[in-house]
Amino acid sequence: MTTTPILPKLVGQRVKRREDPRLIQGRATYVDDVTLPGMQHLFFKRSDIAHGRIRRIDASAAQAMEGVEAVFTGAEIAELLGPMPIGTPYSSPAHRAVAVDVVRYVGDPVAVVVARDRYVARDAADAIVVDYEPLPAVVDPELAMKGQPTVIHPEFPNNLAVALVPSGTGVDAAGKVDDSAIDKAFAAAEVVISQRMVNQRLAPCAIEPRGVVAHYELGKGSMTIWSSTQNPHILRTFIAALNGLGQDQVRAIAPEVGGGFGSKINIYAEDYVASAISKRLGVPVKWIEDRSEAFVATTHGRDILGYVDLAAKRDGTVLGLKLRLIADVGAYNMLLTAAIPTLTLLMANATYRIPAVRATLTEVFTNKTPTDAYRGAGRPEATYFVERAMDMLAQELKMDPADVRRRNFIQPHEFPFTTQTGAVYDSGDYEKALNTALEAAGWDRLKAERDAARAQGRLVGLGLSMYVEVCGLGPSSSLPTGGWEHGQVTIERDGRISATTGASPHGQGNETTFAQMLADQFGVPIEHVTIHHGDTAVVKQGVGTFGSRSQAVGGTALHMAGGKVKTKMARFAAALLEAHEADLVFENGRIAVKGAPASAKSFAEVAAFAYVPVPLPEGLEPGLSEEAFFEPANNTYPFGCHISMIEIDRDTGEPTLLKLVAVDDAGNLINPLIVEGQIHGGLAQGIGQALVEEVVYGEDGQLLTGSFMDYALPRATDFPRFELHGCVTPTPVNPLGAKGVGEAGTLGSTPCVVAAAVDALSGFGVRHIDLMLRPEKLWRIIHGGQA
Amino acid sequence: MIPTPFDYARATSLDDAVAKLKASGGRAKLIAGGHSLVPLMKFRLSEPAALIDIARIPGLSGIREQEGRIHIGAGTVHHDVASSALLRDKCPVVADTAAQIGDPQVRHRGTLGGSLAHADPAADYPAVVLALDADIHLKGPKGWRVVKASDFFKDLFTVDMEADEIIVSVQFAPVRAAAYAKLHQRASRYAIVGVAAALDVSGGRVESARVGLTGAGSHATRLTAVEQALAGQPLTPAAIGAAAERAGAGLTHVNADIHASEDYRRAMVPVFTRRALEGALRRATASTAGRQRSGPSSSGTRWR
Ligand SMILES: Cc1cc2nc3c(=O)[nH]c(=O)nc-3n(C[C@H](O)[C@H](O)[C@H](O)COP(=O)(O)OP(=O)(O)OC[C@H]3O[C@@H](n4cnc5c(N)ncnc54)[C@H](O)[C@@H]3O)c2cc1C
Repeated sequence: MTTTPILPKLVGQRVKRREDPRLIQGRATYVDDVTLPGMQHLFFKRSDIAHGRIRRIDASAAQAMEGVEAVFTGAEIAELLGPMPIGTPYSSPAHRAVAVDVVRYVGDPVAVVVARDRYVARDAADAIVVDYEPLPAVVDPELAMKGQPTVIHPEFPNNLAVALVPSGTGVDAAGKVDDSAIDKAFAAAEVVISQRMVNQRLAPCAIEPRGVVAHYELGKGSMTIWSSTQNPHILRTFIAALNGLGQDQVRAIAPEVGGGFGSKINIYAEDYVASAISKRLGVPVKWIEDRSEAFVATTHGRDILGYVDLAAKRDGTVLGLKLRLIADVGAYNMLLTAAIPTLTLLMANATYRIPAVRATLTEVFTNKTPTDAYRGAGRPEATYFVERAMDMLAQELKMDPADVRRRNFIQPHEFPFTTQTGAVYDSGDYEKALNTALEAAGWDRLKAERDAARAQGRLVGLGLSMYVEVCGLGPSSSLPTGGWEHGQVTIERDGRISATTGASPHGQGNETTFAQMLADQFGVPIEHVTIHHGDTAVVKQGVGTFGSRSQAVGGTALHMAGGKVKTKMARFAAALLEAHEADLVFENGRIAVKGAPASAKSFAEVAAFAYVPVPLPEGLEPGLSEEAFFEPANNTYPFGCHISMIEIDRDTGEPTLLKLVAVDDAGNLINPLIVEGQIHGGLAQGIGQALVEEVVYGEDGQLLTGSFMDYALPRATDFPRFELHGCVTPTPVNPLGAKGVGEAGTLGSTPCVVAAAVDALSGFGVRHIDLMLRPEKLWRIIHGGQA
Repeated sequence: MIPTPFDYARATSLDDAVAKLKASGGRAKLIAGGHSLVPLMKFRLSEPAALIDIARIPGLSGIREQEGRIHIGAGTVHHDVASSALLRDKCPVVADTAAQIGDPQVRHRGTLGGSLAHADPAADYPAVVLALDADIHLKGPKGWRVVKASDFFKDLFTVDMEADEIIVSVQFAPVRAAAYAKLHQRASRYAIVGVAAALDVSGGRVESARVGLTGAGSHATRLTAVEQALAGQPLTPAAIGAAAERAGAGLTHVNADIHASEDYRRAMVPVFTRRALEGALRRATASTAGRQRSGPSSSGTRWR
């Protein structure tokens, strides 16, 4: 008797990404690769001033140009489209896809050209003359809060997008605030740390800028829209609503998406305008963002100011935390703009048992590109504020930064742990992560190395940061789109497996991890499994990929759907094998009777039988296709500890990262190789925030970092080899025990690099340095100037 | 990003390029690597009606030695300069500088001639051609012209070159005891401050020194105060340190932007001057003679 070789279990293995060959060979299909007969091209004429009233738009020369199909001004677009919807419960100024009478940031669209090709469209846009009455630009959020120099949206006095959201100890469901506990904590304090901290504005910079192709088929009365999005189902919902169509009449497709980092959650003006113009003109239209546009037209991230006060005893025990947040959200509310900084509120407790927390949030409009999610989205900011304060406490008390943290950790037996800010941490072992990192880094040895380097006059410093993140978003109570995910598994007639997921991976590698899971579940080769995603006509329902949710929520939905199919398939197999379904095992591409391996059918034979079931087993319908919605009971809370060593050039202030050790606990890992890739990317962006990245606006609201000549991204040569170490604390929230890891790398890395720089310069009496670490800033500290 | 429409022609020879340039009556621009010109065109800051491509003119690129001087063709890309064995041996400062320009893509497209003609205030090569006292060979409708590097850079993006002239080559006597030191702007990798220093050394003393500065002002300049301070000094770190301190003297206009304020840039000039001089000193002490001359070499392409 011959036996097929045993198929190895794949979950937990370092399987190479199945998506990579097509990506690195240039064989993937992005939005810009979509070409349709008769397609017209859009170009957006954008405001080149930050704030102004539109007096007049003269598009006559543009309209007369050969190859120009049409020009739409804001008023004309407003006839086709209502204001753009937002996805948060906060009130919001009416936001027209194309500005009607006032422009509010550099890049705000004022007109759209429709033309034969991109070249004509671009030339025509240049021929449009816009006459503005300039208004003062609001740039500094703290001045903006006083209504200075002007108010951007008259219905929002003092530019307060969100006046004040209180959170923490003594805040009830109605928002009533009782400060007695926090006041008591600060009254009892032996030491109080107070610091204003800047978490600067960043540009997400996905390698593929945005793009959209919209095709309204007059004959069918239905719309197909291709967009570089992280969530085609949400896109479909909004495109249908604004175009007066049913969701059944819109098909949204996210083809290959070259990264999003949160910036492609939002449904943008260009998506709406393309769909409306296609519907109006009855022709397919395409818009592709160029890199310069991306810097102004795609949402930015972070930009939160924190006033932090930490009350503690002299032994390092933290008694209370006050965190006053001011978020500069730019000119408008986009889909999630208002909600992102609330995640900073939610995570203000960090990994510590802080008895009293008072966190408040104010969101402010300024004449800048709107903010929205950016990798980490609110949690890196919380981590940064709290971890910097813990470092300052350690410095004040002359304690080791690890010891201060250790003294305050939430303990493993306390989970699930309800924080003062209302999060329910699922599981954790923070001390284990800390100890693993300290040991892996050789903390004591590093300290000796640092001290030896200092003795030679070198400016070397060490930094450490803990983090906890809210991931696996999230129960439907926390997301207006619903917090579930959908999966469907179909065993095809030939025994191969087609699966669809409502998660919409754009770099996360779920085509690989989900296939690993299903291959194991059914005992078939991974080559027999295909994961479909990103097309609402193929994937029945979905929410999307953001908030580090695709594995924890989307993966679980598929696992559940797989379980349902497997149960049904076992019943067909039981009928064929004349066995009891409970006695069957799925392995090596066969379904066999336990203990009687000769009594088996191949996977394909059982599949074929399920589609031509003669005779049909009693109580079964033909076919093998099942779906599942997974609604998680809670979020997941991955955590970890990052350690870095940095050296600063005494003459120039240039920082060099010498070492980075990361311990990340994301629960059970489906594929450690992919997890490491995700962490590397996150670390790069987190370190980038610490060392090189910053969106800078001039006082007139002009963007000064409008290209890669001025907006720096970190390069591979800026990094040492990252040293990654594992630590596994599964979550009870889903059956996979997986927590999510897409954003984690950005959380601990930023504060630990800043901490290392502060440590390196501690000899100059510095306690805190605001992001980012410009060489000049560090040089000024070294040479006695102001930071 | 889309430029305004333009005509395009590929020049087949130097004379062809000169003729095409003249015929265009100032409407055309030369394009070599395109790595300064194309970004300007994409932003519509430059809108030439026609481009004359000189990238494939036979003989316009290449590095060779002739009668003790190094000739680098204007069309030579930064990567070829960075990896030239001849330069690494005879005049490593040029190769080092090229290796620090931008990123690999830029270095495989951008050319020496394009960099000098464009004269970006933060470009690296200008500092080096100043320190090497190089001659810049130009050809125009009226024939050949040679401009000394020290006369070439006039102002912001402005050089001593007519609109219908072409840079053909850069020629200089190789100096081993020379080095380039640069503070990178972290986004573009251009120089916030870049200093090239070349020393003529004999008997343990600096006979003469030439120091070129880029990044600080509107255009690259010689740091004559430093040069004078070094002349006749012993070849020691102390002498170098003292001379470098004078680097800021006489700098009138100093650039300021979001990457570096005027104060900071000013402070960086002596720092990078010292580093460049230290690098040159290391090379001077490593080789016996500071300036090495060698006989003509038969290798390399000819371009004139
Ligand atoms: C991302 C990026 C980073 C960069 N970083 C740096 C850096 O760190 N340091 C640095 O020094 N440079 C840097 N550069 C500029 C780069 O070195 C350019 O390639 C160079 O400055 C111009 O050379 P080119 O061959 O590309 O010239 P082109 O762009 O083709 O031409 C530039 C100008 O020179 C003229 N021209 C070209 N060749 C000749 C010639 N032979 N005779 C007369 N005129 C000519 C053209 O008409 C045009 O006006 C960077 C460029 C980019 C895009």
